[in-house]
Formats: sequence, structure tokens, C-alpha cells
Amino acid sequence: MFTLILRRLLQAIPTLWVIATATFVLMKLTPGGPFDDEKPVSAEVKVLIEAHYGLDRPLYEQYGNFLWQRLHGDFGPSYKYVGWDVDEIIAQSFPVSLELGFYALIVAIVIGVPIGVIAALRHNKPTETALMSVAMVGICLPSFVLAPLLILVFSLQLGWFNPFGWGYAGDRVLPALTLGLFYAAYIARLSRSGMLDVMKNDYIRTARAKGLKERAVVMRHALRTALYPVVAYMGPAVAGLISGSFVVETIFFIPGLGSFFVNSAFNRDDTMVMGTVLFYAVLIIFFNLLVDIVQMWMNPRTRND
Amino acid sequence: MVSLLTQRHYTGWLILLTLCISAGCAKQQSNVERGNANQELYIGIGAEPSGLDPHLTTGMTEFSVMLAFLEGLTTVNAETMEIQAGVAKSWDISEDGLTYTFYFDPEARWSNGDTVTAEDFLFSIERILTPALGAPYAYMLYPMRGAEAFNKGETDDFSTVGTSAPDSATLIIELETPTPYFLSLLTHNTWWPVHPPTILKHGAMTDRISKWTRPGNYVGNGPFTLKHWRLSNSIVAEKNPLYRDPDGVQLNGIHFLPIEIDGEERAFRADQLHVTNTVPIHRLDWYREHHPENLRLDTSLGVYYYMLNTSRPPLNDPRVRKALAYSINRDELTEHVLKAGQKPAYHFTPPNAGGYNARARLPYDPELARQLLAEAGYPDGKGFPTFELLFNTSEAHHTIAVAIQQMWKKELGIDISLYNQEWKVYLSTRENGNFDILRASWFGDYDDAYTFLSLAETDNGNNHSKWGNPHYDALLKQAAVTADPEARKELFQQAETILIEEMPVIPLYFYVTSTLIDESVHGWHPSILDTHPYQGISLGE
Repeated sequence: MFTLILRRLLQAIPTLWVIATATFVLMKLTPGGPFDDEKPVSAEVKVLIEAHYGLDRPLYEQYGNFLWQRLHGDFGPSYKYVGWDVDEIIAQSFPVSLELGFYALIVAIVIGVPIGVIAALRHNKPTETALMSVAMVGICLPSFVLAPLLILVFSLQLGWFNPFGWGYAGDRVLPALTLGLFYAAYIARLSRSGMLDVMKNDYIRTARAKGLKERAVVMRHALRTALYPVVAYMGPAVAGLISGSFVVETIFFIPGLGSFFVNSAFNRDDTMVMGTVLFYAVLIIFFNLLVDIVQMWMNPRTRND
Repeated sequence: MVSLLTQRHYTGWLILLTLCISAGCAKQQSNVERGNANQELYIGIGAEPSGLDPHLTTGMTEFSVMLAFLEGLTTVNAETMEIQAGVAKSWDISEDGLTYTFYFDPEARWSNGDTVTAEDFLFSIERILTPALGAPYAYMLYPMRGAEAFNKGETDDFSTVGTSAPDSATLIIELETPTPYFLSLLTHNTWWPVHPPTILKHGAMTDRISKWTRPGNYVGNGPFTLKHWRLSNSIVAEKNPLYRDPDGVQLNGIHFLPIEIDGEERAFRADQLHVTNTVPIHRLDWYREHHPENLRLDTSLGVYYYMLNTSRPPLNDPRVRKALAYSINRDELTEHVLKAGQKPAYHFTPPNAGGYNARARLPYDPELARQLLAEAGYPDGKGFPTFELLFNTSEAHHTIAVAIQQMWKKELGIDISLYNQEWKVYLSTRENGNFDILRASWFGDYDDAYTFLSLAETDNGNNHSKWGNPHYDALLKQAAVTADPEARKELFQQAETILIEEMPVIPLYFYVTSTLIDESVHGWHPSILDTHPYQGISLGE
């Protein structure tokens, strides 16, 4: 286990370097700069502003400085939001994305797993078709359609929730549902196929032959193995939930990191782009590692590998 | 397994869920209800401001937020939009119109209790003009003697700049040329003061990156103080008890919410906003029909136009440029495509800009357009090369471009292709002059025709049409040194006539601002510069 963690951490170094370099190169290649505006600043002023941020130096020097600063955990100042540092913005907004992602994950699991399991147990019956159709709709319905629909029904018609914001406990419900339902649908499909595979195994037949109740067979013997693909999917899912919430954050006006991540590219806020990209990269590496560890713990066969 | 989730379980869960929703998670008191009870305004600002430093920001969003925190020598009357006293209680203007002497209001104080002094203004003027700060809008101070030379680094002696303080309550500003709109210029954020000890506490005078604009640090002299600021969430302003005219301020607080356009409209419908930043085009008709009392459409000092690259054939031929301009049915465009009450633009400068109304008018005359095109060698559009129309990615610009593409096809028989670029790419393409025709717009920085007509000067940073006319430039230079308002307007008339005759730009329409306003908001008056001083606003049934 320890070797695996160490190996993964060592692998992370070149991965992060490649990501950092690729982002740096892409940002430099993209036309348009952070200080371009419809009412353009004069050439003299632009030179001064760029000098302020070290953008007047040769590219290799900028690249060297960039790597050096990141190595020291310094993400630099945002070009767009004057007076704010990138790490400050991340520190302020990431907890919100994390919280939203966490609730969405709960929604995804609590809705996804039972649907998948029930569908598998009712294989080839109308219940399965119905549940899987719902799951299919969940996958097909993008959040920018689902969110306004939920707002229309639950806040504007029924008046149960605020249409936007993050101030009250109730404000978490609609965004978490919007974000979580897509993943719930995917998890339903994964747990269904996992369950179908497992139920064909000999040990399930043995368990039944012992005279165990169906409930015990499912809960104690089948479920753990059946959820294996779901757990494997958790790594990318968690990363997606906390980084891919841009649309949901924008529609519900949630002060999370997702909107900064996307808007920084539009603003050509280079330091912000690189800061958020690297931050997410570290996060994804971490969650993938976490999933590997959980999988090893769940599956005795891989524990000693 | 089925026993896992029996019918009874399901029902139980459902009841629990419903209880939770109706009890615990039920909707709280809306912002509008709470705001009306506490005299706190909830206002949508569309996007997160890029900062709250008056010397570094350029946008309307930033301006409208900072208007709560800072105040210049003069201010704008919320109702009449006339220039009135600000930090300066009164002023004298010398007979030649070149020297302004401002006498400070002894009540003008910073939010920490310090008196606002003329020295504070000297510090602020020096700060914005010092090249090292890289203030993008420093040119707003160029009417002041020596400001341009100092800002461009030709001298580092600030005493060469035409401003001085004989005592702490008097400020003298000398101008290069008489500038009739100078007092209105002073209401712009570039002319606002900053609190020197606060700036110096958080860095050097010319540090761009400074924490002085944070809540707790921010010291302003406006009607409100900065209470809370969370990026992408809200900026909260609280009534400033030390403001020079505290009784003139009715609101106890303002919440600025940077919500994007569609979310804003939903928030308004759910009583979460008193005032929106704008209204989505597709919702205009609905509000017109169902809630006309909430919909505000006000003339704004802005023009939407197409810029032609006059260095590229066939657009280098004025006859072709005119043919393109004359064949556009602007009335149809504003009535059926834009729908928000925009005014069709038959000249470039918006009506009544500083009291100036252009005489020159371009016609809508497809017949004449065809004739001009034929004279230029393209009868019925035959042989006309395909060219491209560039706009920054947006549904609204696309809709307009398609309408114009159709008009040119129908009236002139010419084909154009449309292409869009993401905003920053568009700006870069535009600056490089790598286009045939591009969509552009301009909003006046101050209420005067010069802010529009100067766009077409040969060396103007916004003139990417490659068009230049020495006579035009001379007229505007002449206007800049003319003190008599009527003579000045006459010079503008002549310049505008040249612009319409040569047609390097095709004006399409004059903007309106569209806003949704709750009935409880009082004192929100139409403003062509979209300036709404918060002093005049109150909330009530």
C-alpha cells in the first residue's frame, strides 16, 4: 500500500509539470491578452502594465519564473481582479464548490445505486425498463436545461426554494439535484451492470442454497462486489463534480471556483487559468489515488499486489 | 431485495421529504421584502467588477459600484442629471475658461473621519498620472495643463501639471484649452480622490496590486462604505454616517449582485432583486405585455455601428461604403429585430449628446445604393468579391448580422459571410486590422459629442478603419480650443458631415438601457450615461 502511494506521488510530479507547461504554452499561443479591452489602453500604458506583471521579459524567463513561483506555492496576482491573489480566490471559492460537489455526490449515490440495484434485480421486467429509461433521460438532460426547469417548478411556481444564491440551507437543494442527477443516472447504469454480473456468480447461488433471505444475499454478498465499478468511477466523478460545476454555479449564482475557472480563460487571466488548472490537476490526482486505495480495501485480491 | 424498499418505506420517505421541504428548507423571506423593511437595495450588476480602485478601473459596472463609495469635486443630480456640488461646494471659472478654482465643502470627510483636502486631490491626480501606475484611463485628465506630458513620461516633475492647492480647502485646476464639458468630466471615477494614508499603508502610491480596496481597509468619501465583498457573490455597502450630506441618503445599504443576464431575470421574478442590470431580449415582449410597470427602457449615450476596413478593396471606394450604408433598413432592424425601443441611427453621434444634434443624415435609399454600387463597377452586385463580417460571439450580434446580410443580399445582390470570434480574439483581430467589416459600439465617457467624433480621428486608438481625413482632424482640433458652445457645435456638425459623406463607419442604431425595476424603488431616474446616484433612491410601497 505504502509503495503504491509513493509510486503514485512520484508519478504526479512529471504529470503536473506536463500540465503546467502545456497550459503555459497554450495561454501564450492564444490570441488576445488580459489587458485588451474595447476601449483600448495606449501602447505606452500597456507596456507599463505588462512590465508590472513581468510580461515584458523573454518567454523562457517568464516560463522559468512561472515554474519557480508555482513550486513555492505562489499562484501570483489575478490580472483581471486587481488587488486579488489567485490563491486567495481559490481559498475563498473552492470550499463552496467542494460543498456543492459533496451534496451532489450524495444525491448521485443515494439515487443512483438503489435505482441500479432494483433494476438489476428486476431484470427484463417493466420496472427495469422504466428505471433505466429515467436514467437515460438523466444522462441526456444537460444541466443548463434541467436547472431552469427545476427553478421554474420549485421556486417560481411552488415557491419552495430560492431561484439562486447560497445563503440558506435550502439553497443547496436545487443545485445539488441538478449536478447530482447526471451522475446518479450514470451510477445507476454502472451499479445495474455490476449487480447483473455478480448475481450470476456461484457464491450467490451458494448463499441462496444455504437458505439465506434474498435481502441478506443482496446486501451482504452481492452489493459489495457489484459496487466495484461504481467506486472505480468515483475518482473521475468526484473530480467532475467539484470542477465541472461551472454551469450550475452560474445558473444558481453560487460563488464557487467553477465560474472563475471558465471565466479566467475568457478574460485571459493567465495566472488565474494556470492556478486553477494546476489546482484541479492536483485534486484529480489525489482523488484517483484515494479511489485506488478504497478499491484495494474493498477487494482483498488486489491488497497484496 | 424487494423487502428492502417496501411500499411502506417509500411512503415514509416521501412524507419525511415533504416535511423537510415544507418546514426546514422552505423559502426564506425574499430579498425585496427584507430590503424594503430595512431600506436596503438589491441591485444586479451583471458581472463581477474588476476592482474598486477608481484609478485603475474602466468599466460601467465598476463605476456604478464605486459611485456608492467615492465622490469627486462635482456630482450629478439624480433627477435632473445636472452637475451639482460634490466635494467642492462651489467653484469659479476664469473668463478665458482655462482656470477652475474649487472651494471645498468643510463637511466633506473620509469614512474614517479625516477631512477631504485639496492635498488629497493633488495626491490622487499625481497617482493616476504617474506612468508607473499604468492607469488605463489617465487620458481623461488630459484637458488639464501638462497632464499628458507628465503621464507620457516626458517629464517627472509634477509641478508642471496645472493643479495646485493654495490652502487645504481650495484646489486650482488649469486647462490646456477651454473644455466646456470639464465639470461633467469631474464626475468620472478617474477624477475621484483616494485617501492617501490608506494607499500608503497598503503599498506605494503607484502599486497596482494592493489590498487597500478590501472591506476593512477601504476608506472612501461617498454616501456608503464598503462592508463586505466576496468575489462572484456580493458587494455590500452600508450607509456612511460621516458623509457630508447624511440626511440626503435614504437607503441604509446596497447589495450589488453580479448575476448573469438570465439568472438576473429569474431572480427579479422571484423578488430577489429590486433592479436588474439589463433584460434579456427574449423576455422584453413578455414584460411589455404582463408587467409594463416593471420595464424601463431609457435612451442611452451609445451607438452600435459597423466599422469598415477602408484599406481593402472594394471597401476603399466611398461609393461602395455608401451603398452598404444606404441599403440597410434601420427602422425594420430596431422594430422587428431589436424590439427594445432602440433608435435607428442615421448619423454617428447619438442625439442630444451635450446638447448637440447632428444635421447630417444618411438616407435609407436602396435605389441610390444600387446606383452607387453600379458606378463603383458592380451593377446588381455582379463581380462583387465575397467579404466577411466579424462580430464578437453573441446571440444578439449574430441576429443583427443575419438581418443585415439578408438586406444586402436582397437590395444589392451581394454576398457576405459572417463569422464570430470570442471577445479577446475579436479585440486582437480588430487591433491587427485583420478584417473587412466588424461590429463595434461606443458608449460616451462624458456627455459631449467629442467622445464620439474623436473615434474617427486618424490617430485615435479606436479607429481601426484605416480611414483618416486631415480636414476632419483639423475641425476636431479646432473644436477642442473653441470656448463658444455654439461655434463648437458647428464645428462638430461639419466633422459629422464629412464622416457621413466618407462613411468609414456605418451607424446602425442608438442604444437604450433596459432595466427591470420593482415598484417599491423610488427615485430611479432615466440617465443617458446610465448613472444613478444612490442618494436619490428610496424604497417603499
